Amino acid sequence: MSTARGREKAAFIILGFATLLVVLPIILTIVYIIKNGFSAISWGFITQSPRNGMREGGIFPAIVGTIILIIGTMVFSLPLGILSAIYLVEYARDNAFTRLIKLSVVNLSGIPSIVYGLFGFTLFVLFLKLGTSILAGALTLSIMSLPVIITATKEALEAVPYSFREISFSLGATRWQTIRYCVLPYAVPGILTGTVLSLSRAAGETAPILFTVAAFYLPRLPRSVFDQVMALPYHLYVISTQVPNMPAGISFATAFVLIALVFLMNLVSILLRAHYRKKKQW
Amino acid sequence: MHKRISEYVIEGCIRLSGFAVIGFVFLIFLFLLKDSLSLFGIYPVKEFLSGLHWLPISEPPKFGVIPLLLGSLYVTFGAIIICVPLGVASAMFIAEVAPRALKHVLKSLVEILAAIPSVVLGFIGIIWLGPFLKNSFHLTTGMCGLTGSLLLAFMALPTIISISEDALAGVPKSFKEAAYGLGATRWQALWRIILPSASSGIIAGVMLGVGRVIGETMVVMMVTGNSPIIPISILQPLRTLTATIAGEMGETVSGSDHYFALFAVGLVLFVITFVINFLAEIFLRKARR
Amino acid sequence: MVEQAIIKVVNLNSYFGPLQALKNINIEIHRNEILGIIGPANSGKTTFLRALNRLNNLNDTYSQSGEIFFEGQDISGISDSILRKRIGIIFALPQVLPVSIYNNVAYGPKVHGVTNKKTVSEIVEDALKKAYLWDEVKDRLDLPALRLSGGQQQRLCIARTLAIEPEIILYDEPCSGLDPISTAKIEDAMEQLKESYTQILVTNNTKQAARVSERCGFFLMGELVEISETTALFTHPKDQRTDDYVTGRFG
Repeated sequence: MSTARGREKAAFIILGFATLLVVLPIILTIVYIIKNGFSAISWGFITQSPRNGMREGGIFPAIVGTIILIIGTMVFSLPLGILSAIYLVEYARDNAFTRLIKLSVVNLSGIPSIVYGLFGFTLFVLFLKLGTSILAGALTLSIMSLPVIITATKEALEAVPYSFREISFSLGATRWQTIRYCVLPYAVPGILTGTVLSLSRAAGETAPILFTVAAFYLPRLPRSVFDQVMALPYHLYVISTQVPNMPAGISFATAFVLIALVFLMNLVSILLRAHYRKKKQW
Repeated sequence: MHKRISEYVIEGCIRLSGFAVIGFVFLIFLFLLKDSLSLFGIYPVKEFLSGLHWLPISEPPKFGVIPLLLGSLYVTFGAIIICVPLGVASAMFIAEVAPRALKHVLKSLVEILAAIPSVVLGFIGIIWLGPFLKNSFHLTTGMCGLTGSLLLAFMALPTIISISEDALAGVPKSFKEAAYGLGATRWQALWRIILPSASSGIIAGVMLGVGRVIGETMVVMMVTGNSPIIPISILQPLRTLTATIAGEMGETVSGSDHYFALFAVGLVLFVITFVINFLAEIFLRKARR
Repeated sequence: MVEQAIIKVVNLNSYFGPLQALKNINIEIHRNEILGIIGPANSGKTTFLRALNRLNNLNDTYSQSGEIFFEGQDISGISDSILRKRIGIIFALPQVLPVSIYNNVAYGPKVHGVTNKKTVSEIVEDALKKAYLWDEVKDRLDLPALRLSGGQQQRLCIARTLAIEPEIILYDEPCSGLDPISTAKIEDAMEQLKESYTQILVTNNTKQAARVSERCGFFLMGELVEISETTALFTHPKDQRTDDYVTGRFG
C-alpha cells in the first residue's frame, strides 16, 4: 500500500500548498497596509479635516460620516430585519408564499452593490425626493443589509428550544406573548452578533453610497439627515484614483483606518458570540 | 384573555415585514425596468443586446452592451480559473487535513479576508499589484484585466472556501467510516467519497463566488483600466458592466439616453445575478438533503 | 343539578396530514375524576389529550373533525388562551423555562394579566404547596429552575399549571423519566388535587393506572377500544384486545 500512502502524502502537500497560497496573501496584505499606514496615523489624522485637496490633514469628517451611516443603517435595517425573521420563523406556514419570501431573501443577498446604488438613487434620491443625503444613503445600505440580519435572526430564533414555546402556549399565552417572553430574550445574542456583522459590511461599502450620499469634500460636518457626508470607503476610492500627487502615506493610513474600523466591529461581534455562549443556560 | 389591540398592531407589523422582502425585490426590478424601457423606446433592444460598441458620447451614441459583457466575462473567467481550484483545495485541506488548532486559525484568516472592504483591495491593486504586474510582464499598463482577475479571485475565495468547507464537513461520518472500514487511506476517502458527496454544496459555493465576482464594482473600476472596447487579451484594459455604471453615472444628465442606458446595464446585471443565485440556491437545497 | 360530564367528545377524528391518528372517539370525562388512558405507543393517547386543549394545532399539518364540549359549550367557540387556561397540561419530560423557580410559576399568571405583585406571590406559594414542592424550595425561589432534580422539576411543572387555576389537568406520561420516589410524590399530589380538579392521566405503565385512576380507557391504534371502571377494566375487560394488553401479551 505504499503507493497509496505516497499518493496521499503528495495530495495533502498539494492541498496544503494551495491553502498557503490563499493564506499568505491575506497575512501579507494586512501587514503591508499596517506597515505603510501606521506611520501616517496620528491623533491629528483622526481628528482633523483634510487640507490641500486631501493631500494633508486628517480624515475626521470621513470617519464621522461612516459612523453616521452605520447608525442610520442600523435604525432602518434592524427593526425590519428582525420583524421579517420573526414572521418567517414564528408565523409563516409552510407554503409557496413562504418559500417565495425565502427566495427573495436569497436574491437580495446576491444583487450587486452597484445595482443597489442605482436603485437607491432612482427611488430615494429622485422618486422620493430625498436628494443625495444621509437618509438616502442609509436607506440604500439598509436594504442591502437586510438579508444578513434576517438570516442571522432566523438562525438565532430557530436555536431557541421548541419546548419554551410549547410551555408558553400550553399555559394559554398568545403567540406574541410567547415570542416576547420565551423566545426573543434567548435569541438576542445571535441577533446582536449578526447585526454587528452586517453593519461592519455596510461600513466598508462604496458602490451603494456613490450616488446616494457620498461627497468628495465637505467643509463642515452634516447638520441634518438631508445633508451629504464624506465616508471612509469613498474617500479612499477618490484619493487613490482622482487626486494627483497623493502622498502614499495618507492613502495607506486611510485604508488602515477603514480596515481597523471594520475589523474592530468584527471583533466585537466575535466577542459577543463567545460571551453569550458561556452564559448559555440550557 | 383576548388579544389586546397593541398585539394586533405588532402582529400586523410582523406580517407586513415578512412580505417586505418580496416587495423590495420587486421594487428593484421594477425601477430598473422602468428606466430601461425609457431607453428601449428610443434605442432598439436588439442593438443594445448585440451591439459591439459602447460609445455613449459619440454622435449618435452607441449603446452596445457586448464589450461590457465580455469585459465582465473575461475578468470573471480569469478569476474563476484561479479561485476555484485554490478555493476548493483549501476547503479540502481545512475540512479534512488540517489538525484542529490549525483549522481554527485558517478559518479565522479566511473570515478576515471576507471582511476586507473591496475598495481596500482596489487600492492595493493600484498601489502595488498593478505596477508589479506591469514590471514583471512588461506591459504597457498595470491596469488591466489580469490585475482585476487576481484581485477578484482573492475576493471570491472566502465565499467558495466557507461554503465548500461546510459542504465537506456536512458529509455524514458514516460515509467516511465505511470507506476506512474498507481500507481506504484518508486521501482516497476524501477524493472518492467525501468530495463527490459534497459536490452539490461545492458547486453552489462556486456559483455564489461567480455571482460575487460578476457583481463586484470597486475593484474592477479601480484596476481594470476602464476601456470599453472588446478585449482581446486579459493583459489589456477592459470595462465591466459594473464599472460602467459606477464610472459613467456621474457624467450623465438625469433623463438622458445615456442615463437610461446605464439602467439597462443595471437590469442586465440584475438578471444575470438573479439567475446565478437562483441556480445556486437549487444546488444548496440539493446539498441539504 | 350539576352535570356529571365536564367534557364530552363526539365523533372526534384527528389527522396529521394524510395520517389518521384518532378514529371516531366518543368519550365523556366526569367531573373531579382521575381518568386513566392506557395503550401501547402510537395509539393516539397523546393526540387525544392535546386535542382537548388544542395543542395539536401548533402542528401545521393537523386537522380534525367532530366536536368537543366543555361544560356544555363547544370549545371551538372558546379562544386558545382561555381554553388552555382552563385546561392545563403536564408533559412527559419535565420542561422548565430557564428562569428562576419563582418566575417559572409566575409566568402563567403574568400572561393572563395578573400584575399585582402580592397576588402573584400568593398564587405562586399556593401552587407550590399544592404540588408538594413548597417546603423544598421556599427558601430559594430565586434559584434557576434547571438546578432542581428531575422529580422536583416535574412538580414545578405541576405548580406552574396550577398557578393558572385550571379546571382540568392533563398529564402526558408525567412520570416516565422519574424515579419511584418522585413518582410516588406526584401520585400523592394527584390524589390531593382530586378534590378541586378533574384529571386525565395518560400512562404506559398499567400498574400506575391501576393505582391512581378510578376509570380507565384503553386506546389502540387511534381507537378508544374500551372504557370502564379501572378494576373492572383490568380484571374483566369486555374486549379481547384489552385483555391482551393488560395481561401483557403485547405492549
